Amino acid sequence: MAEVDTAHGGQEVAAHDVAHTEGEVHRHPAPTNFIRKYIFSIDHKVIGIQYLLLALVSVFIGMFMSVLMRLRLTWPEHSWAGLGSIFKLGAPGGVMSPEFYLSLVTMHGTMMVFFVLTTAPQGGFGNYFLPIQIGADDMAFPNLNMLSFWVTLVGFLVLVLAIFAEGSATVAAWFNAKPTGTVGPIGGWTAYPPLSALGFRAGPGQGTGQNLWIISIAIFCVGSLLGALNFITTLLNMRCRGMSLMRMPLTCWAWFTTAVLALLAFPVLLGGGILLLLDRVAETSFFIPGGLVVSDTLLTNHKGGSPILWQHLFWFFGHPEVYIAILPGMGATSHILATFARKPVFGYRAMVFAMFGIGLLGFFVWGHHMFMSGMSPYSGMAFSILTLSIGVPSAIKTFNWLGTLWGGKIRFHTPMLYAIGFVSLFVAGGITGLVLGQTSLDLPMHDTYFVLAHFHLVMGVAAIFGMFAGVAFWFPKMFGRMMSERLGKVHFWITFIGVYCIFVPMHIMGIVGMPRRYAQFTEYEFLKSLHPLVVFVSIAVFVTAASQLIFLFNFLWSMFKGEKAGDNPWEATSLEWAIPSPPPHDNFAGIPPVVYRGPYEYSVPGAPNDFIMQTEPDPTEVQEPSARDAGDARRVTGDGDNGHQH
Amino acid sequence: MATTVISTEQTVTRPKGIKHGSGIPPGNGRRGGPGGGGSGGDDSARHLTPDHRYRIGMWVALCSITMLFTALTSAYIVRSRLNTANDWQPIAVPQMLWLSTSLILLSSATFEAARRYLRRHEDNRFRLWLTATVLLGLGFLATQWLAWRELVAQGIYLKTSPHSSFFYLLTAVHALHLVGGITMLAYLLWRAWGGQSGSEQRARRQDSANAVGLYWHFMDGLWVYLFLLLFLWR
Repeated sequence: MAEVDTAHGGQEVAAHDVAHTEGEVHRHPAPTNFIRKYIFSIDHKVIGIQYLLLALVSVFIGMFMSVLMRLRLTWPEHSWAGLGSIFKLGAPGGVMSPEFYLSLVTMHGTMMVFFVLTTAPQGGFGNYFLPIQIGADDMAFPNLNMLSFWVTLVGFLVLVLAIFAEGSATVAAWFNAKPTGTVGPIGGWTAYPPLSALGFRAGPGQGTGQNLWIISIAIFCVGSLLGALNFITTLLNMRCRGMSLMRMPLTCWAWFTTAVLALLAFPVLLGGGILLLLDRVAETSFFIPGGLVVSDTLLTNHKGGSPILWQHLFWFFGHPEVYIAILPGMGATSHILATFARKPVFGYRAMVFAMFGIGLLGFFVWGHHMFMSGMSPYSGMAFSILTLSIGVPSAIKTFNWLGTLWGGKIRFHTPMLYAIGFVSLFVAGGITGLVLGQTSLDLPMHDTYFVLAHFHLVMGVAAIFGMFAGVAFWFPKMFGRMMSERLGKVHFWITFIGVYCIFVPMHIMGIVGMPRRYAQFTEYEFLKSLHPLVVFVSIAVFVTAASQLIFLFNFLWSMFKGEKAGDNPWEATSLEWAIPSPPPHDNFAGIPPVVYRGPYEYSVPGAPNDFIMQTEPDPTEVQEPSARDAGDARRVTGDGDNGHQH
Repeated sequence: MATTVISTEQTVTRPKGIKHGSGIPPGNGRRGGPGGGGSGGDDSARHLTPDHRYRIGMWVALCSITMLFTALTSAYIVRSRLNTANDWQPIAVPQMLWLSTSLILLSSATFEAARRYLRRHEDNRFRLWLTATVLLGLGFLATQWLAWRELVAQGIYLKTSPHSSFFYLLTAVHALHLVGGITMLAYLLWRAWGGQSGSEQRARRQDSANAVGLYWHFMDGLWVYLFLLLFLWR
């Protein structure tokens, strides 16, 4: 309390100390030792950064895997000297085995979808900025918040264990198994049964690796559920005075929608995961049909199950998951576009409803992942129409982003570049969703590189650009220093052009008919002419991947050596910019903020500045009383002010 | 204090459009609302004091638990009608389930009694009825375990048929959630013995008891639902 309050006037300190002792604020005191402050912290800001660091580690693991995958695809027979000594079984003599490639596919997808796209935008930025942006001193349940992160981390560690259980002899011995020379299961991040349900017989990596994969995902589900519960409660219950729902920044709406999706989608994956695990370890037959012959053995333990049942459960989770990844990026983009175009968000309400529309529709379209599963044409048509109708709220959002930019006094700082990049990638990736959403077009395109390119652009790279935008925008607030603009711009342009060079050619490959998840294409006559394109894509991947080191360097260097940031370097309006950078332990130093206006008051005619903070009182109003009196007023007018006319 | 109240109301209900003068659009593109975002939500922000967070949090958690059991139910229904291998062999109701069902129904009643005594500040009776609830909860778990033993004695295991698989699975997942419920009850009990009885502690205890009650009754209803599902839809 004391060291925080020195920033404010001496007279005020006394008044606020009174408020403090009354128990209105400061639900937990600032920790003093290192472990409680940085490791087992219950401060939402520290937990947010922990999530971000977890995602940063995961994203580099996942990216390294994609580089290996491109090496294998482009030069399948080539011996890579260093690889042979690291992966003795998976890449004997430096030539990667097909199973090794398939396990890379699985683990790349799992790392990226769960531990990057789900953790960073929501667990990272959401944790850090949602409480601040609504004027709360912490999440509703700080201890639960800490638990969410640690549960998620355990999920991550179990997934890493899966890599070693299949790749390292020492670790495999813990499970009474032999290493198989993969880096995990080979069934893809969707883990379709029956192959994922049959154990080691179904191939290398399908034994211990698949078990650990399922356990890891189940743990991850629990962590995400606890987090979602906390987000929803915080947003509904912890808003400061004056922060009506429609005065919240769009980022808060995005995190809220995402939390609702996570809350309703992850239990379904958890349920499916339990059934799959039972099929594997308890010889039940939920997903395994009878009469299967695997590796020349007729399986007699199972009969009557349905692999399609897993697909339904998985995709009922899987489609909302796509929006869990992208919605926070949409929120951040809306917020940043308004800030740097110096204009209010165009159609704030429409943005809110579009976001909820996307979230709601997301629960009714899972079937479009299963057009090939032999579903009734009527179901297919229903899923198709519902899928295409998501285009409407998506178009509303895109239109409003462009409307926000239109006629603005745009400042092209790096956060703005990433946000514009997000819009571009979202449109480019989303438009092919309209192609794939139609059954007749999906049938030939299914499981080709067209699908791969579509979802990588729209949920992968666009969401990553949302995160880049978030990092560049909030870095000054989080660490009190600016990131280097010059390095940021170099990184932006290489990455932006790079990802288009990677994914646009993949659409063409998909139309030609190149199938996903194949470790090698040299055997196929009709794909030989595509080889130059494959080489081109791989080179683009290597350049883009290498340029991420610029980002990493910028991130780490700026944390210690960056130029000092002021409280509000971007001249933005929302609450996080009204407090010091980095924020004090309980965000508002014991003085709950009062909000007087909407979040995007930029370029208001007649105003002295081109932005008006949300906390800025209206000059035509009676001056607000001190925090303590405000607390009393809250109690007095607690009920019935709906009916008051003054 | 009186001036304070008036000024607050002015914030909320002042006439529209004053802030910017006439004809200037408010901040978020919605014309006419004070503060650029409408004043309506302001009231809801103020009605909710932090103590509601247990109630809200519990409702949110129950939504999530509902989704878990909805997913398992849908798998159950699909699997039961997927009788290609003719392997759906419904099990008979284990006799123990009648006892366990009565125990859990009774536990909801004893919990309500406890909560009433908490409201009336009769702490001794509150602790008594709460202890009874915990014992009934433990009794429910024990009888569920005996029901499993009953099936095992008949040679019906987890893998015997899909119906028995679902029986063991659903009872186990429900029991796991009930263990959570008993932990919360035990926490209430521990707090009740922890002794301070100022009005603030009392209000907080009432809040937690309300939230735990929500969970406990939900688990009760969930069990009745599972019982009906497992033995009416087979």
